[in-house]
Amino acid sequence: MADDAMELLRLALRRVAPEVDLDDVDHDADLLDELDLDSMDFLTLVGELHQRSGVEIPEADYAQMGSVSAVVGYLQSRQG
Amino acid sequence: MGEFRMPSLGADMDEGTLVEWRVSVGDHVDRGDIVASVETDKSVIDVEVFETGTIQELLVEPGTRVAVGTALARIGDAAAEDEPSEPDVPAHTEPPEPAAPPEPVTSTPPAGSTPDAAPGEPIAPPVTPPTEAPAPAHPHVVVGEGPVRRHASLMRSPLVRHLAEQLHVDPDRLRGTGPGGRITRHDVEHAAATTRRASPRARRRGIELGIDVDDLTGTGVDGAVCERDVVAAASAAEPAAPAPAPSQAADGMRAAIARTMERSNREIPHYHLSATVDLNPLTEWLAEINAERPPAERILPAAAIMRACALAAAKVTDLNGEWRDGAAVTSKQVHLGVLVSLRSGGLIVPVIRDAHERSVEEMMTALTDVVERSRRGSLRSSELSGATITLSNLGDRGVDEVLGVIPPPQLAIVGVGKIAARPMVVDGAVVARDSAVFTLGADHRASDGRTGSRFLRQIESLLANPTRL
Repeated sequence: MADDAMELLRLALRRVAPEVDLDDVDHDADLLDELDLDSMDFLTLVGELHQRSGVEIPEADYAQMGSVSAVVGYLQSRQG
Repeated sequence: MGEFRMPSLGADMDEGTLVEWRVSVGDHVDRGDIVASVETDKSVIDVEVFETGTIQELLVEPGTRVAVGTALARIGDAAAEDEPSEPDVPAHTEPPEPAAPPEPVTSTPPAGSTPDAAPGEPIAPPVTPPTEAPAPAHPHVVVGEGPVRRHASLMRSPLVRHLAEQLHVDPDRLRGTGPGGRITRHDVEHAAATTRRASPRARRRGIELGIDVDDLTGTGVDGAVCERDVVAAASAAEPAAPAPAPSQAADGMRAAIARTMERSNREIPHYHLSATVDLNPLTEWLAEINAERPPAERILPAAAIMRACALAAAKVTDLNGEWRDGAAVTSKQVHLGVLVSLRSGGLIVPVIRDAHERSVEEMMTALTDVVERSRRGSLRSSELSGATITLSNLGDRGVDEVLGVIPPPQLAIVGVGKIAARPMVVDGAVVARDSAVFTLGADHRASDGRTGSRFLRQIESLLANPTRL
């Protein structure tokens, strides 16, 4: 299940940061810093995740997505 | 009737490489049609033509590096006067001439004078005449002879085109073996089997480091070549030397940015002002509307900030325009340059035209679009010139204050720092409010601090009432 969420993130990330290899980054570091994302990138990422998984991801939940691990955890807990 | 010349695609651009013709002799073109792909230090740009007519002759071969102002093609009326091929006329002996109307600058002149110059027109070339263009091997290239590649869409049937998409083959890199140079199914399949896919970033890095990405084995998704493959290949090629750090490698883009910064500092006497702007009303309003919206419809603060800047610039016009021949040429039309960082490092500044007329929603759509296409390297030439004012990187992550350097020949640059909750005094008490530091860098020849602060105050009051933006 965690693998699915990680895979989902991996795929979604290809749209905004195609050169990033998730295996090469610190999963607990700040997401935006670690993946070099700005607010536009982050919004696009959220859009990809939403489209691919159906998970809602309202703005209010952004605070729960502060790292790769956090995003994976968030997606896991909300997927069917 | 007219000559299509290499446009300037940036203030610092002196020359570019014609990558490919997108039209053939005999094609009818309308103003704004893409006629060629040109590679600059920054990107491959789709270049638009600013005349309507028929392509009579293509004067430069793909692969040739030419100076801005060099004649690239001859465009005639549809009812063409039959000019037989002239004897060699190397472009560099002719002085650069603006294509049609006398005003070569794309920013619209002040109200009352001639109507808008066409979007595709080049900014006047720099004062020094362009360096000699290398004489093309065949000055006149006519379709049917020579290695010129043709306009892709004339050559591919929808089936072939679809196949190219499916196999991830870049159609612009195909050479057709069918009759008349047509690209066949076999050509696509052969290319798919033999060409390596590479990320745009890898291709750019390849250009910088002198590595042909098609020769590499990729370690990325589906065997695609990524940047690290290119860097690894570059360091493998020189075992004695330490692997070049990407920022130190001979870097076209870095050099181009360096030239712009040097020119700006050399030519423009800057003054800087800053103001801390309460953005709570904005962030509250956006939280409210975004709560009801799926991600694809959400609005970023950047869009509202861009709107406010455009409106302020339309009002305080001393900051909106260009410095030309010793005077400020200003306008009420705002074409907003937006700094976009490229993931490989470096910047590009696409221009959003008529920004003062776009709503916040429209601005968000435009911003999303140009950022995506900037990163993909598919901007059009009309989007890279003609800015009347620039907004610096909407540095939402980095720093509190962005003290910008004005891209010549503009008159001002607006910087916005990180939006964050900060202590502010409201009704005598210290409270946490979202705020950001706005800065203005302006050309002191064209305006004074008083004008500059009026501009920042305009922005401040617009953002205090975001629902009315």
